[in-house]
This record gives sequence, structure tokens and C-alpha cells, in this order.
Amino acid sequence: MTHLPDGRFVDDEPYDPQQSILELERRDLDAPNWLLVWRKFRTHKLGLVSGVFLLLSYLLLPFMGFIAPYSPNYRNADHLYAPPQSVRWVHEGEFIGPFIYPITAEADLETFQWKFIPDESNPLRIPFLCKGDSYKLFGLIESETHLFCAPEGATLFLWGSDRLGRDVFSRILYGAQLSLTVGLIGISVSFFLGILFGSIAGYLGGKTDWLINRMIEILRSLPELPLWLALSAAVPSNWSPVAVFFIISVILGILDWPGLARSVRAKFLSLREEEYVRAAEMMGASSARVIRRHLLPNFMSHLIASATLSIPAMILGETALSFLGLGLRAPAVSWGVMLNDAQNLASIELYPWTAIPMLPIVVVVLAFNFLGDGLRDSLDPYS
Amino acid sequence: MTPLLSVENLSIGFGAAEPAVRGVSFEVMPGETLALVGESGSGKTISCRAILRILPKAAQIRTGRVILNGEDGTTILSDLSERQMRRIRGNRISMIFQEPMRSLSPLHKIGNQVSEVLWLHRGASERQARRTVMEQFERVGFPDPERAYNSYPFELSGGMRQRAMIAMAMVAKPDLLIADEPTTALDVTTQAQVLGLIKDLQRETGMALILVTHDLGVVANMAEKVVVMHKGRVMESGTAAAILRAPAHPYTQQLFDAAPAIPDEQIVGLPPSQEDLILEMKAVSKTYTMRSGRGWKGEKLIYACRGVDFKLPRGRTLAIVGESGSGKTTAARIALGAEPPDPGGEVLFRTRAGADPLTVHKMDRTQRTAFQRQAQMVFQDPFSSLSPRMRIQDAMTEPLEIHQIGTRAEQRERASEMLSRVGLNPDMLKRYPHAFSGGQRQRLSIARAMMLDPSMIVCDEPTSALDVSVQDQILYLLEELQETLKLSYLFISHDLAVVARIADEVAVMRQGLVVEQAPPETLFHNPQHPYTKALIAAQPEPDIDRPINLKLVALGAGSPDTWAEAFRFTDSVIPSLVELEPGHKVRCHV
Repeated sequence: MTHLPDGRFVDDEPYDPQQSILELERRDLDAPNWLLVWRKFRTHKLGLVSGVFLLLSYLLLPFMGFIAPYSPNYRNADHLYAPPQSVRWVHEGEFIGPFIYPITAEADLETFQWKFIPDESNPLRIPFLCKGDSYKLFGLIESETHLFCAPEGATLFLWGSDRLGRDVFSRILYGAQLSLTVGLIGISVSFFLGILFGSIAGYLGGKTDWLINRMIEILRSLPELPLWLALSAAVPSNWSPVAVFFIISVILGILDWPGLARSVRAKFLSLREEEYVRAAEMMGASSARVIRRHLLPNFMSHLIASATLSIPAMILGETALSFLGLGLRAPAVSWGVMLNDAQNLASIELYPWTAIPMLPIVVVVLAFNFLGDGLRDSLDPYS
Repeated sequence: MTPLLSVENLSIGFGAAEPAVRGVSFEVMPGETLALVGESGSGKTISCRAILRILPKAAQIRTGRVILNGEDGTTILSDLSERQMRRIRGNRISMIFQEPMRSLSPLHKIGNQVSEVLWLHRGASERQARRTVMEQFERVGFPDPERAYNSYPFELSGGMRQRAMIAMAMVAKPDLLIADEPTTALDVTTQAQVLGLIKDLQRETGMALILVTHDLGVVANMAEKVVVMHKGRVMESGTAAAILRAPAHPYTQQLFDAAPAIPDEQIVGLPPSQEDLILEMKAVSKTYTMRSGRGWKGEKLIYACRGVDFKLPRGRTLAIVGESGSGKTTAARIALGAEPPDPGGEVLFRTRAGADPLTVHKMDRTQRTAFQRQAQMVFQDPFSSLSPRMRIQDAMTEPLEIHQIGTRAEQRERASEMLSRVGLNPDMLKRYPHAFSGGQRQRLSIARAMMLDPSMIVCDEPTSALDVSVQDQILYLLEELQETLKLSYLFISHDLAVVARIADEVAVMRQGLVVEQAPPETLFHNPQHPYTKALIAAQPEPDIDRPINLKLVALGAGSPDTWAEAFRFTDSVIPSLVELEPGHKVRCHV
């Protein structure tokens, strides 16, 4: 540094006045949007873990028959309301790998309940990759091989059995197939309707906008639960479980779109004011092109985040309907249908494991919320 | 004499990265004004925030001390606990921020927000605080302090909001006021008045001031000492007189050269020839209806443009100058056909000399497409004018795709050619816009506008979001393009000094009306209208011997019904535009 005679301080490090305008200012931001979003999302640990968990859950859906030891509707008439059996590793100080003690049901003549007594002298190893009930892999390939099944002559109720002697663990796995996909189908319906109406309202404005907005307000002012009830009551009772399932998810989607349409419209209105959209219009781009090339790509990420946040509502909706006996019906298996069994206070008190299906619901809903939260935080990576 | 505040060897870094501010030291004497000058990213704001310890979360102070000397001894601010620090903020040191809208809470009345300082630091009762705040409001120039006390921020104009912020910062009589670009978001005339106010208050109370700014003109008007910062380092510091008279560091010299100034004109300019007009606007008006605030009252009419006549000769530049809300952008949008004028108005466009004029708002599809190829626009904000999802290449070729010109390879060819034309490197085509600086992005927008080989470009404040040195380069680029390609510009700006350089004719607008129109030489040599005079007087010049003449500003800056008799206009009585000398029109009663 230099001090001039008039008391001035002047920095004397070399300075290049003709700094190149060819130099990139933010080299770190020179990447497509999705990469920047991913880099930021990676730092959101909870969201990342939830995302991995959900991804695994969805990937495993076609293999549920392989993982589950029983088929969903297999009844073991001797073991009604059997409590969960624990998997053990060591018998009388000796390690013999995963095994169980077989249980036998005995009637307790004082309480008039079945009592399940483990036979602790007879450890039975759990067989792996064994033959069991037949199921369809991916819903197509017939197979009988299971990851593990009950040992010969014994039962394997990891999370107990229900009123009819069906394995709760296996049913939860099969239930995931319906309960998790109901959200996806529902959200696709609501996505389609939401984007359609939202973008029409946002882009055209004026009378159309007014009309769609009032429609949304009317839909949102209807009490949700009675409407669900009414709509699902209208589903003919002789339809197959798959058809009912499909209709239920469509109903959930139809009632969910107004919220999405509103956020689409709001986003549309704010994006339309962006100068790159104005620039495209001034170049003579048609409305369709402006929407396709400029508006949609720029708010798709916001939509995905808000969709992720509304899938849990769908899952909970299905659960609520099925719990009330108005959604899916037996023989279809979903978490809501299973909870239907746990409606009775007395049975929860005596057989608390019948309420276990609540656990996966809580975990999945939380995971979706964390994931959505993480996505929303990383949507604006330009800073 | 001990300095009031000294900053010693301050270094600040974000996360694990290289420090953003390195070894910054400066001192402020009691009652003195220190200007921190630098461009965006120079670390001037961060350094100021470090004094009050209100840095963003990711930033940490790596080294350095901040020492405050006062009547009660010496305090080392960088060692205080958060609790002790709160007693300093707003009480002994207060701060004014750049955006007056965002720094006031929209849900609280102005009066309450200002009184809060007194409740917190003085334990004043509500009535006491109210009295003090009213006095302060009167002093910062609110015509009706009572009304200001009870109004919400959105009810006040930008200048008034900034006055409220100043009142809030001053009410506890701090020893030091830090003003972070207090006037950057304001119009020139308002800026002059707010600067004058800060100076008066400073003289009255004897407080010291740290003024953060990028404008050497503001520095020349306000500061005794100057610290010039660049990329987190101090380039030069010393007394304002010494630095502004003879900059010693090349960076200061560069800033000085780039600072726009209104030239001293000795001669009257000649009006551009009116023969080959590319664009002609005849009696263009635009009225918007707005629902009034009260439920059942009728709709309110807003006159964005009133009877605008413009003639733009081919290859020339017509500049429209005015404050925000003067109707200059509306006029430009109408010229491009983005909005229809009120009935009676007409916009004519001639593609070639002597060709039949196209009426911009009555074109059929093919004519419209042809017009869009001829007339393009460059926008104000370089950060929002390029879609963040598109590679530069896609953004550049889009106009060609829309008009279906050329094959994919030809389009790319043209894009890289245009990129070199505006001084960028063609291998930037594969990059994404957010990697570029503001100046580079503005070059990209210009390149995109040039893709269709237009003959007219509407520039909507193309340099107002840029640093002065970058502004200079962009103006140079625009001039060069005009010369080689015979472009015609409709140039919109709020800054007379910028326009002085590029325009062949200037129209000054106020409240939708053109109040004066002339070639720039004439306008600066012989301004007639009080508003033009105010605009010229309010322009801060980087010349310490030419302070802003606040009297002239006050004469023209107010609302049109406070102007001198000859120029006054109201909603119903509007004087007409009179040609005083050839090519010099003024709106006045004769």
C-alpha cells in the first residue's frame, strides 16, 4: 500500500482495468436447472432420506408377493388374533440363525379367550427362498417362491394375525400396493385438471378466469367428507375391487384439483410478468409456444413440489374412506381396509397389533412431507 | 481527535469460500460523512452490515475489529454480546436501507414503527414518543405529520417512505447513521431532495454518516471522505476533494470516466431531419380505468399517456425521459403494438424509406409478423429477461424459430455470429444465463434482439440496473451497433445524463404528457420548462465544485399545479406544446 502526501491511501496491488468481459461470473451456476436443484436438495438430509425411502418403497411394490410370507387372504383358522411372534437368534446359549418358537392356541376357560403358548423347547429355523402360496410377480408372472416363509408345521406372524387369522405383516405389504398407488393416480387426475383449468384461467384472464375461480370456490366450500361419502356410495357395489379402487382414486383427484389450479394460476400470473415471457411475446411467439416453452418448464418444478405435498392428503383420504367402510372393500387389501378391523375399541385394547397399519401410514405421510419440503426449499437454486 | 468509529482490518467470508471482504479499514470522525463507493459485489454493503453485526447467516467475520468511541468510553462492537449489541443498534448507530418499501412493515402504521425505537431504547411513554416522532416528521419534511403518523407504508410515495425511514433512523438521535444506497431506488429529483434532507439533518444534529453508494455524483455532493472498494478490497481512500479532483488509482479513474454527466452545451442543436421517418406516433393517448379504493365509488381514470406525438427518423435515436409513472414505458409499448392506444391515436411504421406506412395497430397477420421482425425490444432487468431454463443458444435462436428462418445449423451460425458481434465468446452458447454477470446478460439480450436483423429497437431503461462502468460499455455497444447497422432507437430512461450521450432528440415526460422536447444540446443549453430544469439540476455530478441546486429542483419537482403560472396544468386545463425555436417544443401557456 502507498500513502500519498495528501494523506490518501492507495492500494498498489496490480489491477487490470480491462477485465475481460468474457469471464464467467458464477461458474458454479453454469448448469441446467435440474442439476442445480439436485445439488441444493442433496444438502437437505431429511428430504434426501425420505426420498430414498419412498423410492425404495415404490420400487418394491411389484415384489411385495415375494417378500410377504403369506398371501393376503390366506386364513389360518386355528390362529385367530395371534400376537406377534418374535424372531430369535440364540437358543439355550447356542446360535442357530433366525428361528421362531411355534405357538399353539389354547382356550382359557376363565376368560374365554384364546391363549397362544410358545413351545420353547422346539426352535424352528425360518426357511429362505422357499415355496409357499402362489402370487403374481409384477401382477403377471406366476410364482411360488417367497423370500422367507413359515417353518413346516408352524406359523410366522411377525406382526400378529387378525380377526380371521390372516397375517398382518403380509397384508400390510400387499396393502401398500393399493394405498401407495391411490395417491399417484389421484394426483395425476388432479394434476391434469389443475394445470388445465389453472393455466386457462391464468393465461386468458377476464371472464374465463372469473368463472373458473368461482367454480373453485364452490368446490372448496363443499364439506369434503360428506361429498366423498356421497360419491363413493354411488359406486355400484357389484364392481370388482380394482374398478372400485380406480374410481376412488379418481374421486380423490377430482376433489383435490382446485387447490392445485389456484397455485398454477397464481404462478402463471407472476411468470407472465417476467421479462423473458414478454420478450417472447414481442418476438411474435404464439400463446401455445409461450406456455409450452417458457411458462410450463419454469413452473413445473413448483408443481412437482406442491404435488408431493398433496399426495399424503390422497393417501389419508383413501384411508379415511376405507376406514369408514366406503372406500375399498374386501377382498381388496389396503391400509384403510385393515384399519377398518381396528374400529372396535375393545379389539384394540385386547389385540393392539391390529392397529399396526397406522405405522406405515404415518411413516409414508411424513416421508412425503419431508420430501416435498426439501424440494420446495431447493427450487430456487440461483443464489 | 479520536474517530467515532474505526474499522480495522476487517475480513468477511461466506462459508468455506475465499473471503468476500479482505483487510478493509476506515475511520469516521464525529460529524463527518464517509462515502463507501463501489459497484455491486464490491463488499461495501457487507462491510457496513458487519459494523452492526447484521450479516446474513452464512457469512462470518474472519478477522478485524470494529471500535466505537463515544462519551462513555470505547466499545469494541465485534466483542459485544448479542444483547449488548441490541442496545447499540438503532440507538447509537442506525441504518437506512435501499428499498424503502421492503424495509417498512406493511402491517403497521408509520408512526408506530418510528415510535418503536423510542419505546425500546428510551423507555418513552406512548404520548412522549408520539410528540417526539411528530417533531421528527415535521423536520424530515412531511407536510402533514399527523396524517403521516397514521398512514400505512403503501399510502406513501417512494420518496415519502424514504423520509419515514430517515425519521425512524434519526429519532433516537444516533451518533452514526449508516445509509445503504438510500436514494438508488428513487427518481432523480426525489434523490436530490432526500440527499439535501440528510445533509441538513446532519448539520443540525452533528451526527456522523456512512453513505454507501455507487454514484460518484452523490459522493461529490455529500462526502468529506471517500473509500473506494472493488472486489472486497479498498482501492483508494482519502478526502473527497483529493480523490475527486485527481483519482490516483486506475479503478477510481475508471469509475470517474464512466460516470455519466450532463455536458455543458454552448450551442443550440439542430433538430433531426423529418424526411425519412421510421416511426410516427400521432396523438397517442392511453387511459386505464382503475377500480377506486372505496367499494361503491365509480371507476377512476388514469391517464398514462396524453396526446403524445413522436417522430423517429431512420437511423436516429429518440429518447423519452421521465420519472416512474410518467408514461414513458406505456408509450414504448404502444409503439411496439403490445398495447392498443385509445381511439384517435395512430402509430405508423415504414419498413423502408418511401414505403407505404403500416398502421401498427391495424395489421393483418402477415404484416404483423413482418413488423415483429423489424421492431425489437431490449428490457430493463438483465436478470429476468432470459429464461433460466434455456441455454443461451436456445434463447438466441428462439426468434428465428418463431419466424421459421433458416435451418437449425444456420440459426446456430447466426447466434454465434451475433454473440461475437456484442463482444462475447461464441462458446458461451452452451451455457446457462445465471452464470453471467448483469452486463454480460444485457449484451445477450441485445444480441437476441439483433437476431432478426431489426431496423428499430426499443430500449426500455437498458442500463438502469447496471453498474456505471458496465453502463458505459453497454451504451458504447449500442452506439456502435447503431452506426454500423443503421438502427433506429427509441430509448427510454429516467436519467438525463445517460440520454445526453446517445440521443438525437429528447422528450421529457411528466404525468403522461410531454413537457419539453428538443435535441439534447438545446435542452441542456436552454431548458425552458421548470421540470426539465429540475431534472438537470438534480443530476448529481462527480464534480465537487458543482453541488446540486436544490432551489431549482424544488421549483420543478413538485406536482404540476405548483409550477410557475405559465406551465401549470391541472386535470382539465392543459397548456399545449408550443414550438419556441425550431425543434424545441415546450408545454406552456403563451
